[in-house]
Amino acid sequence: MSELLKNIIRFVLFIFVQVFILFKVPPLHRFIIPYLYFLYVLWLPFNMPRPWLTFIGFIFGLTLDYFTHTPGLHAAACTLIAYVRPFIINMLISQEGSDKNYASPSAISMGWAPYATYVLILTLLHHSYLVFLEWMNFGSFLFFIGKVIGTTAISLLLILLTELLFFRKERFRTNTA
Amino acid sequence: MLQIIALSFLFRYNKFHQAAFSNVSAEITGRINAKYNGIEYYFSLKSTNDALVKENEKLNQLLKSSYEAPGLLNKLMTDTVMIDSLKKIQKYVYREAKVVASSVASQTNYLTIHRGSSQDIKPNMGVISPSGIVGTVVSTSPNFAIVMSMLHRQYTVVVKLKNGGERGKVEWDGVDPSFVTLRDIPKSAKMNTGDSIVTSETSSLFPPGILVGTVNEIVDDKSSNFYVVRLKTATNFYNVQYVYVIDNTQFEEQKKLEDSTRKKFQ
Repeated sequence: MSELLKNIIRFVLFIFVQVFILFKVPPLHRFIIPYLYFLYVLWLPFNMPRPWLTFIGFIFGLTLDYFTHTPGLHAAACTLIAYVRPFIINMLISQEGSDKNYASPSAISMGWAPYATYVLILTLLHHSYLVFLEWMNFGSFLFFIGKVIGTTAISLLLILLTELLFFRKERFRTNTA
Repeated sequence: MLQIIALSFLFRYNKFHQAAFSNVSAEITGRINAKYNGIEYYFSLKSTNDALVKENEKLNQLLKSSYEAPGLLNKLMTDTVMIDSLKKIQKYVYREAKVVASSVASQTNYLTIHRGSSQDIKPNMGVISPSGIVGTVVSTSPNFAIVMSMLHRQYTVVVKLKNGGERGKVEWDGVDPSFVTLRDIPKSAKMNTGDSIVTSETSSLFPPGILVGTVNEIVDDKSSNFYVVRLKTATNFYNVQYVYVIDNTQFEEQKKLEDSTRKKFQ
């Protein structure tokens, strides 16, 4: 399957899973809202130029926004992580240049520890920004801190589960192939 | 460069958080939601049925045939006089609507209903469920309408105590979807847990006397002369399937008069 088709299917799938499964789960607590959809942005290929990455992040966030009736909220957070993503990858990736050898970020292509750091930083960034925008409208500081920690914890759990359930095989790309 | 433009665009966008949406997007997401609800609906048939049967029972109680005047001499008769000074004008028109999407988890919750501007749904109409109030219509597309739920941080509604008639306002603190907060009830009011809180005559969106919630906990705020009351919502927002949109036929008239008066004395 081509990389483009795979990502288009993922786009639809992530939106639907977020809107029709995760947002339908009865809330345990107001701080714990299961977010998974932004994993799409984390899974985009390495070789995508930054303007495209930012643009796709924006469109992806906006699509979700139309379902939740919050125009710009998720779009802003997604654009931010899509923009920051290349910096983080450059910082975390080893000298051998796995961004040239593999298609997209995963535990295999980057190694478990750098990949976990990559996910943690971007998740935290996404939620902080999202809750910050929400917090500017209403809420207290406790709300901000509590919700960032709560949603980040549940998101990391969900991402771990997704990674284990849908194990992505990454092909090692060589010049001959 | 592009990312800066994108972000500034977003910040500008964010100011319109609660603003109306373009018709197209509401129509598309509405259609997808309607498809999904077609499946989801089967899982809540039982509770929906229960709610509707309860409401039927309530309405049957109001039927004329359920009442009989005491004694044989003054039997209830239909008035045959042609010009009837007691004839009333219908002020509130009810339209049923199916809920196709709803949320409770967010701080800003909305519902999407399968009725729109083609079916005479307009913004600023009250929405109730068989058991209590739900929210207010904020925007419409031809076949769908977005309802701001009572579980929205910016939603307020004027209510009164069913027993005493003291007025207050209800808002949501964003903590628990089953509870809302009632404010501005003076401490002179008599109130017990379990009391009904209903919509007030001064709320122009809802007919008076529609259940909003029941008193769960009364907090005696020492710093003010008003109670802060925790209400259990009458509507179960987790499984609301059918709602009624209330069209107040005199809403425009009342609003126009109030606005013009405000302008006159500014």
